[in-house]
Amino acid sequence: MPVLDLMSGFIAELRNAGLPVSLTENLDAMEAVKVIPIEDREAFKYALGATLVKNNAHWRVFETIFEVYFSLRGPEYAITKDGQPDDFWREMQEQMDQVKGQGEGKGSGGGMDSLTPEEITAMLMRALMSGDQAMMRALAKQSVQRFAGMEPGRPVGGTYYLYRTLRNLDLDNMLQKLMDANREMSKQELTSLEERLEKDEFESRIEQFKQEIESEIRRRLVADRGAEAMAKTLRKPLPEDVEFMHASRDEMQSLKKALYPLTRKLAARLARKRRHGRKGPLDFRNTVRHSLSYGGVPADPKFRYPRPAKPELMVVADISGSVAAFARFTLMFVYAIQNQFSKVRSFVFIDGIDEVTKYFKSTEDIGEAINRVNTEADVVWVDGHSDYGHAFEVFWERYGKDITSKTTVLLLGDARNNYHAAQSWVVKEMAKRARHVYWLNPEPKSYWNTGDSIVGEYGAHTDGVFECRNLRQLEGFVENLT
Amino acid sequence: MKPRFNDVATVRSGLKNVNYLADDGIAGVVYLADRLGKPVLIEGPAGTGKTQLAKSVAELTGARLIRLQCYEGLDESKALYEWNYKKQLLRIQADKNSDSWSEVHDDIFSKEFLLTRPLLEAITSEDPVVLLIDEVDRVELETEALLLEILSEYQVSIPELGTITAKQIPLVFLTSNNTRELSEALKRRCLYLHVDYPDLEREKEIVLNKVPDISENLADQIARIVRSIRQLDLKKPPSVSETLDWARTLMLLGIETIDADEAKETLHILLKYQTDIAKAAKELSVTK
Repeated sequence: MPVLDLMSGFIAELRNAGLPVSLTENLDAMEAVKVIPIEDREAFKYALGATLVKNNAHWRVFETIFEVYFSLRGPEYAITKDGQPDDFWREMQEQMDQVKGQGEGKGSGGGMDSLTPEEITAMLMRALMSGDQAMMRALAKQSVQRFAGMEPGRPVGGTYYLYRTLRNLDLDNMLQKLMDANREMSKQELTSLEERLEKDEFESRIEQFKQEIESEIRRRLVADRGAEAMAKTLRKPLPEDVEFMHASRDEMQSLKKALYPLTRKLAARLARKRRHGRKGPLDFRNTVRHSLSYGGVPADPKFRYPRPAKPELMVVADISGSVAAFARFTLMFVYAIQNQFSKVRSFVFIDGIDEVTKYFKSTEDIGEAINRVNTEADVVWVDGHSDYGHAFEVFWERYGKDITSKTTVLLLGDARNNYHAAQSWVVKEMAKRARHVYWLNPEPKSYWNTGDSIVGEYGAHTDGVFECRNLRQLEGFVENLT
Repeated sequence: MKPRFNDVATVRSGLKNVNYLADDGIAGVVYLADRLGKPVLIEGPAGTGKTQLAKSVAELTGARLIRLQCYEGLDESKALYEWNYKKQLLRIQADKNSDSWSEVHDDIFSKEFLLTRPLLEAITSEDPVVLLIDEVDRVELETEALLLEILSEYQVSIPELGTITAKQIPLVFLTSNNTRELSEALKRRCLYLHVDYPDLEREKEIVLNKVPDISENLADQIARIVRSIRQLDLKKPPSVSETLDWARTLMLLGIETIDADEAKETLHILLKYQTDIAKAAKELSVTK
């Protein structure tokens, strides 16, 4: 039975992508498949999802792999030029004839292939306007056929084809055009609220169309190269494994989404840890006081519960281009759990340094504060290239006296100093005064101390340098910190 | 045992009859839970109908709903069973003279002196039951282990009595608000279902279904505005129950079509944080 082979390949791929699928879950999935017919694709997908994916953050990765392995396959997805008109096409041609009859003024000529790109765009616009699902699907198919320029056996990833298709369709301006057309169509002036709602609606339709195109390309690639090869090229890291330094815009979005529940969980865990700390030594005074109610017999011993002091935190972050994303995430992370610290102060630098604590104080919205940090903080001194030496020197001069034995200092950055003077004595002085000094580096360990990176020189004076390439590592570090 | 449902479609239409609008995922998982005899772990944001699902399934199957509300500090005497100490004591005192020790000893550890708590009650029940273990993420990691035996084997072991196995396999639902990661052992024993905010169509249908006499037009507008608000970066996006509250409020105020001002004035029903309200109010009134 090929389903069995398919399933084992599928589960192997899930494991390769980093999902923890256990043997029992595997068996459950097999059981589930028995009672759900494979023809009902949606139900089949949810059945596999319910048995194999136990974390919602992993759902997208699961969906992609599912599509690769269980997508519809048939001759109509072959990447060949001679398209046999199937049902969709015929339907579409009918619709197209209608459209043309309505007043484009053009004679009904030829099939889909003879349409100019402008005409396809016009049809797409109409489909998006009316939210016609079938039409959108057909158009997605057609545009991939026409614009992606797919060739059998060519080892190019799906992104390239996607880019080519989207470029031809000019989707970026589509939203504006739709809004304009909508304004013309409606008789009276739209209120701002209505306009906004329309915009959201169109945006979601365009997004849907993009996904339609993406899965169409994927289907064709699978038909061409087979599931295993495709799964390998499409493999995406789980949100918590995405590297800060190389995250795409989409990945950034999913990172942001993953960040909030993560911090909430971490805060709950830390609070619990604090409450259920181990028992302390006997509290003699309290025990004697309570013994009075037992006639002087110390029947109910009382203990001193340790109350570990919350650390005071100073975050000093490099926000120059290469590591900006990392700094942003760390700041968000730290502020999201700030009630785990007695006080948090933050400083950002490129070659000049500025304190940004006030931005976080004035608003509850961390995202907005981060935006203000990026736009308003005064961090450029000479040329806007990282200069750790100078930034540290100024930091020491202005804020060095605020470091006390309660303070933990976090230094964030890749320590790529553009061959400026290191001034590592500052870090040494910091370490003398502060409780701890840690350095978090978003670069992989193998890159440290290569080129202009001098993380070793600074690191020697700190209590530890940690590799912090993804959320998982960041979370692990913060948990040990408090 | 006879399965309760024939196929996914029956589950879906059945749930609709008891006023719960399920999507494919929800109906599919409920069907699977019945067929495989496995518990369902439901996760998702607050107020998306996780608990309601269990209630609706109970109503649909005509089963009794047994609910265990979890909290920090829950232990086996509250969740599983407890010996009725007072009654045991009375028993001992009553036959102080007549019986020999061994007779009394065997006697006081029998079912007569056992107080059943929700979990034990669910598996000893003769009639069909749906067991709802609510907010399981609130108990400590160690307490979770209490649930493992009952979830995988549908049995409870009592040292003095032996093992009590289920007379019938109940449908079990566990809900979690995801405030902490549940243990692997627990997750492995369950089917996983993530209930998210519904999409536009489903939300509209829910509003139409739950709010009497609401016009289609208003329901549509409500669903759209709520969707727009959920796209903002908020502390707590509006839940389905808050959407329903909002719809009811608008009905009470006699509003037929919402404009920006009315939306702004009633935002506090959808959103519970001042910063969120300010943000949404700003977004809704600005033209782009």
